[in-house]
Amino acid sequence: MAKGIREIRRSIKSTKNTRQITKAMKMVAAAKLRRNQERAEAARPYADKIQEVIASIASGTSGSKHPMLQSRPVKKTGYIVITSDRGLAGGYNANMLRAVVNTIAEKHKSKDEYGIFVIGRKGRDFFTKRGYPVLEEITGLKDNPSFADIKKVAGNAVQYFSDEKIDELYLCYNKFQSAITQIPTVKRLLPLEAPEGNTERKMDYEYEPSSEEVLSVLLPKYAETLVYSALLEAKASEEGSRMTAMGNATDNATDMINRYTLQYNRARQAAITQEISEIVAGANAQA
Amino acid sequence: MSKMTVEVVTPERVVYSGQASMVIARGVQGDLGILPKHMPMVTPLKIAPVQIKVEGDQVVRMAVSGGFMEVRGDKVTILAETAEMPGDIDVERAKASKGRAEKRLSEKYPELDVQRAERSLQRALARIDVTK
Repeated sequence: MAKGIREIRRSIKSTKNTRQITKAMKMVAAAKLRRNQERAEAARPYADKIQEVIASIASGTSGSKHPMLQSRPVKKTGYIVITSDRGLAGGYNANMLRAVVNTIAEKHKSKDEYGIFVIGRKGRDFFTKRGYPVLEEITGLKDNPSFADIKKVAGNAVQYFSDEKIDELYLCYNKFQSAITQIPTVKRLLPLEAPEGNTERKMDYEYEPSSEEVLSVLLPKYAETLVYSALLEAKASEEGSRMTAMGNATDNATDMINRYTLQYNRARQAAITQEISEIVAGANAQA
Repeated sequence: MSKMTVEVVTPERVVYSGQASMVIARGVQGDLGILPKHMPMVTPLKIAPVQIKVEGDQVVRMAVSGGFMEVRGDKVTILAETAEMPGDIDVERAKASKGRAEKRLSEKYPELDVQRAERSLQRALARIDVTK
């Protein structure tokens, strides 16, 4: 490592700049993570409640014939894939996309058998570049997506299913475990499995106008809610993953700066020693 | 007077939670007044104001869209895509959007998405009504 003093000083400076950026990103990600977690928490009562009501309708009216609850022969499968718009989030997108690609490779032989609804720029670029059939896409979602933002994709995907353009729908997202662990998950959304009802608390509801009609209003809403909560969870995962990645980057930068500083000091000392010995040699020669 | 628990929940947060003596909402088949000990019931709601009578004359009003109501025992839960309290509503904006929707509906040009305009009008009306 025969680097001149000046080069070393420059590397130290540039690494310090990088560290400052990664450190800031880490802190931003941490703040966003907290906010996203709160949002995911706040969305839970709605999802729980809607699930509870559907469960009690489904258990009360046995043999409900709503198409969203019926499995039919699968000719075409839809995937909703949630990725991020921005990178620098460690393995967040790569892990998700690998899981999706593996699932697709396992289950399908030709491109006619599936279609992808993709959320997030990273996923969109990945799938379009490799020629996967992308049915719909959204990019540029806000950091704190509202229900209205997601309603379009979720609603469209559900519509595709009702129109029988697809016969099942999978939801692929990074499940939030902790700030360090996110698990890429592929989960079946449609046809819905009628949520298990708690039979003890079963209620005989009066439905207005009828149970079938209530169900047909609720089921699409339920599916959309599931997509929304998956999105919130994915956002939390994204920030968690980014926080960890940026934390590691900051640590690495610190290590590098330490190494460079040591090198720099050694080189500086060597230069001084050399200078002294030159002066001494000069003085001796004159004497 | 007997009371019941009322909760208004949207996908984003719990908007309202508290005790009440009566809830008035507009179901798909007409207005409903729910008192404590109502029979268990589920119904979708229209885009309209919901009134929650808390105590005596005190009434909480909110504009609800895309919702449904579940009544069970002494608990009423309203789940909605949006639910706004008077404080959250921008009256000027609601009035402007009412005007816009009315104009669109009255012009009747062919490519008009009538349902969308009507929904927008209803939302604006509900918002204005709530803030009165």
